[in-house]
Amino acid sequence: MNRQMVTIDGNEAAAYIAHKTNEVIAIYPITPSSSMGEWADAWSAVGKKNIWGTTPVVTEMQSEGGASGAVHGALQTGALTTTFTSSQGLMLMIPNMYKIAGELTSTVFHVAARSLAAQALSIFGDHSDVMAVRGTGFALLASASIQEVMDFALIAQAATLETRVPFLHFFDGFRTSHEVNKIEQLTEDDMQAMIDDELVRSHRARALSPDHPVLRGSAQNPDVYFQGRETVNRFYLDCPAIVQKTMDKFAGLVGRQYKLFDYAGAPDAERVIVLMGSGAEAVQETVDYLVKRGEKVGVVKVRLYRPFSVEHFMKALPPTVKTIAALDRTKEPGSLGEPLYLDMVAAISETVAKKNGSLNAFPRLIGGRYGLSSKEFTPAMIKGVFEEMKKAEPKNHFTVGINDDVTHTSIAYDPAFSTEPDEVVRAMFYGLGADGTVGANKNSIKIIGEDTPNFAQGYFVYDSKKSGSVTVSHLRFGPRPIHSTYLVNKANFIGCHQFGFVEKFAMLPDLVEGGTFLLNSPYGPEEVWEHLPRQLQEQLIAKQAKFYVIDGYTVAKETGMGARMNTIMQTCFFAISGVLPREEAIEAIKAAIKKTYGAKGDEIVQMNYRAVDQTLDRLYEVKVPNKVTSTFDRPPVVPKEAPDYVKNVTAKIIAGYGDELPVSAMPVDGTFPTATTMWEKRAIALEIPIWDKEICIQCNKCALVCPHAAIRVKIYEEKELAGAPATFDSTDYREREWKGMKYTVQVAPEDCTGCGICVEICPAKNKRETRLKAINMKPLLEHRDRERDNFDFFLKLPEVDRRKVKVNSVKGSQLLQPLFEFSGACSGCGETPYVKLVSQLFGDRAVIANATGCSSIYGGNLPTTPWAKNPEGRGPAWSNSLFEDNAEFGLGFRVTLDKHKEQAEELLRGLQAELGSALVQEILAADQSNETGIYAQRERVAQLKAKLATLHAPAAKNLLSLADYLVKKSVWIIGGDGWAYDIGYGGLDHVLASGKNVNILVLDTEVYSNTGGQMSKATPRGAVAKFAAGGKPRPKKDLAMLAMSYGNVYVARVAMGASDTQTVQAFVEAEQYDGPSIIIAYSHCIAHGINMTKGMEQQKFAVNSGYWPLFRYNPVLATEGHAPLHLDSRAPSIPVKEYMYRETRFKMLTKSDPVSAERLLKLAQEDVQSRWQMYEHLATFNRAGSNGKPVAAAAAAPAENETK
Amino acid sequence: MDLTTRYLGRKLKNPLVASASPLSRHLDNIRRLEDAGAAAVVLFSLFEEEILHETRELDHYLTYGSESYAEALNYLPAPSEFYLGPDEYLEHIRQAKAAVHIPIIGSLNGVSPGGWINYARKIEAAGADALELNLYYIPTDPALASDDVERLYLNTLKMVRQSVNMPVALKLSPFFSAMANMAKQFDEAGANALVLFNRFYQPDIDLENLEVTPNVILSTPQAMRLPLRWIAILYGRIKADLAATSGIHTAPDVLKMLMAGANVTMMASALLHHGIGHIRQVLREMEIWMEKHEYESVQQMQGSMSQKAVAEPAAFERANYIKALHSFQTAF
Repeated sequence: MNRQMVTIDGNEAAAYIAHKTNEVIAIYPITPSSSMGEWADAWSAVGKKNIWGTTPVVTEMQSEGGASGAVHGALQTGALTTTFTSSQGLMLMIPNMYKIAGELTSTVFHVAARSLAAQALSIFGDHSDVMAVRGTGFALLASASIQEVMDFALIAQAATLETRVPFLHFFDGFRTSHEVNKIEQLTEDDMQAMIDDELVRSHRARALSPDHPVLRGSAQNPDVYFQGRETVNRFYLDCPAIVQKTMDKFAGLVGRQYKLFDYAGAPDAERVIVLMGSGAEAVQETVDYLVKRGEKVGVVKVRLYRPFSVEHFMKALPPTVKTIAALDRTKEPGSLGEPLYLDMVAAISETVAKKNGSLNAFPRLIGGRYGLSSKEFTPAMIKGVFEEMKKAEPKNHFTVGINDDVTHTSIAYDPAFSTEPDEVVRAMFYGLGADGTVGANKNSIKIIGEDTPNFAQGYFVYDSKKSGSVTVSHLRFGPRPIHSTYLVNKANFIGCHQFGFVEKFAMLPDLVEGGTFLLNSPYGPEEVWEHLPRQLQEQLIAKQAKFYVIDGYTVAKETGMGARMNTIMQTCFFAISGVLPREEAIEAIKAAIKKTYGAKGDEIVQMNYRAVDQTLDRLYEVKVPNKVTSTFDRPPVVPKEAPDYVKNVTAKIIAGYGDELPVSAMPVDGTFPTATTMWEKRAIALEIPIWDKEICIQCNKCALVCPHAAIRVKIYEEKELAGAPATFDSTDYREREWKGMKYTVQVAPEDCTGCGICVEICPAKNKRETRLKAINMKPLLEHRDRERDNFDFFLKLPEVDRRKVKVNSVKGSQLLQPLFEFSGACSGCGETPYVKLVSQLFGDRAVIANATGCSSIYGGNLPTTPWAKNPEGRGPAWSNSLFEDNAEFGLGFRVTLDKHKEQAEELLRGLQAELGSALVQEILAADQSNETGIYAQRERVAQLKAKLATLHAPAAKNLLSLADYLVKKSVWIIGGDGWAYDIGYGGLDHVLASGKNVNILVLDTEVYSNTGGQMSKATPRGAVAKFAAGGKPRPKKDLAMLAMSYGNVYVARVAMGASDTQTVQAFVEAEQYDGPSIIIAYSHCIAHGINMTKGMEQQKFAVNSGYWPLFRYNPVLATEGHAPLHLDSRAPSIPVKEYMYRETRFKMLTKSDPVSAERLLKLAQEDVQSRWQMYEHLATFNRAGSNGKPVAAAAAAPAENETK
Repeated sequence: MDLTTRYLGRKLKNPLVASASPLSRHLDNIRRLEDAGAAAVVLFSLFEEEILHETRELDHYLTYGSESYAEALNYLPAPSEFYLGPDEYLEHIRQAKAAVHIPIIGSLNGVSPGGWINYARKIEAAGADALELNLYYIPTDPALASDDVERLYLNTLKMVRQSVNMPVALKLSPFFSAMANMAKQFDEAGANALVLFNRFYQPDIDLENLEVTPNVILSTPQAMRLPLRWIAILYGRIKADLAATSGIHTAPDVLKMLMAGANVTMMASALLHHGIGHIRQVLREMEIWMEKHEYESVQQMQGSMSQKAVAEPAAFERANYIKALHSFQTAF
């Protein structure tokens, strides 16, 4: 049969089979499995059919718990149903998995296996999640490669129908889910041949139907539950043989023979590693290498892990085996060993006990952990394991790949060992996310995979920063299928797509001798050498590298490519590497361009063609001199003033050497110091804002909107200017009550991302030249050194006395120190200005519960932490529990804080005699409703603590440990709309109903931003999002209205860009309100497809069109006889179209489905009108005081932006 | 009463044509224009620059931020097909042709030589009855001489003329040093009609925000004087048809233009202001006037007040204040 070779990743391979062999697909986004759902949704959206000729229904749910519930329901009513998930998502599915298995229901869940959040969250791959569902009764089938993902997806589907045991088909997150490889694509004929329609009909016949009613899901008592539970045994006993039979059938059809346990290696092997997943590929590669060199080693690749067949396993194991190492990609603290190890122990013990003769003697058995969270697992490490197995007393319960210098579990290995064959060409490319390097490499792999007989593999390493992020692509290609499931470290070709990287990364250690280095350089072949740091020159000489330069920046500029280097660098790669004859390569690149960009119009295709054509003229070989002439080195990663922890640990992670850190360098419980982003000077902006004090009107709006706290204001006394750098700018502060003070607006040049939002918002124009404002973007290179010194001096200026500041104004709030700074959020992020505002207004007393999502990543992803401290050492304490439980997590904070305070007050009263009643009564009666009150209470508590320190009674010691809780604490529960509207809504609703004093901030980007823009219930009608490719047909949920329905919840809807005054007021009121508060904040987002520089302006359009009415609902007003709802924006003044069609998420629908776009636009306009009428109506009601009768609306003057 | 006229090689039932405006973006409006009596419709312009901008914008935003961060390799779904650029416009022509019986005239504004030719051909293939070239160039470069600009106009016209078989009209700006000579050159280069004159968005200054705010101001009846003069001057001197546009709001305006020598008169602002039904009223008033003044046909009056036909040809040549002075002297 003629099967097509395709170059795809693991997720696409799994989704391809799942979509073809199911009728219902319930999905929910979670990394790294999201794209399986996205593929399925996209295929159904264009009407792609399954093998029975019908298009599967794809339904997005509110959580993985919801998805598994929907799957259970769909299965119970007879549909072939599947889902895709990972990690925490799989955890949420566990209850339904027990049900589905208990009811012997045929289904396959496809899982991109990922670490579970323990001491920290990790999005990367290991088997912690799948190992946690061993008890559910699902069969566990492991794929090790992209080809296997496709093959096993089908084998699982066929086997589940015959066995009635549900299957969890898993493969390694990222390493397999995201690796691109050339594989043979199964055909519909293959699928039809594998899947027995009679079994499908049987599945359907078992469905719940009123036409032949049954009951399933009963409750059983002690008398029969046990027996009932044992009924399934037969199915599990039969399962392995059926899976093997299915594998054999597949082999007959397709030619690839799989076994439940596949053995590879010497037939007389004495040392055998047993493992599952992608690591098995690397082990096989190593085994092949070692066997050729006479070593008696082998590997058992576990395919069907559950139900575990001892019989099949023993058959796979060579009888000569003396030592077995079971390698687990998971950790079970406190257990006797990890799951596979324990299974080996049991299997071998049982076998030996039976004395059935398949083993000559009880082999030595050791277990080890490897590869947690996608930790590299290389042939060098594998060789290390085999070496360990040789020892007389090999280490058991070992780890490999890390340096455990605490409990000494790790085994040693020689990192220089390599099995990379000469026939494989290996290349690495360093790029920026924004320059399209990864996309180009994906295209290159497709070209090589599809236009040549070569096999190809690509794997991509991304940054955890969302702005200025660096990508490293690892490509291999060669005449045979590529099984190297680890990063390239002996590259024949290294491409550096950004010149700035020569000072940031040591790229050439990975280059083989005589390898090629291609550099995108604004300097030509004659002059580039003198611009390279010493280390790079040394390595180029030492490795006798071939060195090429291309001025990709100029080509990109001239051809309209902008920042995108993709096509240019790809052309260079093909031209230099000789993978294809040059003409053929260019033709192939152009064909790929046509395929990739064709849908976006001819202009884009032509632009890329021009880039290809112009590239070759500017590609030069550089003659590498024979001696080092450079006088400069790569600068240190962090400055010498940084704390030791930052220098010794953080800096290594920043520099890309985190793998070298030993166990002892990591905190034991996941606790990290805050305020460390300040040491990571990324300098990623091309231009930064420079202040013009003559034009400035001192409104402080620039500081308010800055997403990265990289532009700041301070007022200070003139004497503080002593010792200021000569270039430090200062002017008189114009506020009357601060007469005599000086004022400065200062940029943090190396922390600014160059988004330009500050300049955009600046209302002051230069009267002589109106294009200039009070701040203007200027080239970083020209201003970096000067402004760095200025910023250092600025930081040393004293912080303002918070008691004297009008905190509920834009101007006042921005005089407060930001305690959230320099995060890794997107340049121009719409969320972080709100987060930063919280940190300014309440940071010195805030405990923050942060839902998983963008804000937990830019707020809590290593290496550095943007949450900061004030000079007194106070600042936000931050934690992330899960995605779904954030409101409850924050409520837990509140309950504790209240309890601690109550207990402290009780102790205080009890110790009144010793402490003096004046102090005690003052503390108990303190008014902490404002900064002055809080300051005074802190002073009192300081006095109290001083006194307590002199007392020895247990009550005094207890009070000393609780005394700080007598000072007001502010609980902030922060998360995105995916959390608040969907997965966490149940908990959020409960917390709103609790009456507790918590503050909830919903950063509403209207999609799941962190996982790439999937639809949530916050997504507006008519917007295109993932899982809503045809435009969301239904309107956005009105979360504010739901919250207001309680009557005792403070609710505000804000949009900083439309009304900064109202935003600041709402934050202050929400915190002051002694009860639950929720602020729903419009957050423009990269996923909206907008110019992020204009994000704040876009908020204005949202409000002016009535799409996002601003209001505050303050229950306190009701008790005072006013209407609690106060509308803060005017009636819609522009059609909603004027807002919507400024954003690609709406506008693209007019290009893909104009008819729907027009219909949805009309409905969206109707939504706006009806909602406005309803709010206007509500604004006249005082529910508390007037028994529902209309009352006068509270002062209706809308709060506009604070006047200039 | 014979209201028929000839324009771009075909007979029209009357001389009222809807000129390029946002009205023609909706098929319903085109139907209503026909129902109200419009003899032909010039569609809104296809702007090559806009197409390029939209295409690049879409590409930019669909790829912006992609392949940068492991959890979000992109942010928007990429439909396999987009209706981009001319496709939408061409489909609109097809639908308009199917919806009405009156001629549909495409309108094109290009930026590149390839664009002009490519899109003109596509518009013809989509079934347009004729093409109006919305040709303008604001020559801001001080190094660019007037003959360079004139050559640009002529070359574009020639290029398009050679690429299509349908009649081609040229919508002109009034800013030529030698209008009559240019008209002759356009005539010789094969223009089937000259449309006088194009109106541009003109910049304004927002004093409060210190911003330049380009906006459209609908034409006023006074605006018709300029095309009136040049139509009267050109009538009978060139082969190309003459279409009057700008400031035509009422039946008297139409009558004046016809008398000056226009084959057709075009309306946009008046329709935007008064509604599409305004055409019906203008036609009725025209008929009443013609009946009252015993005109038999439109063709009878066409050119009757052109420079060639009037008693005092110099009236079209003089600047206003001289004529005013002359009148004053005559009065004495």
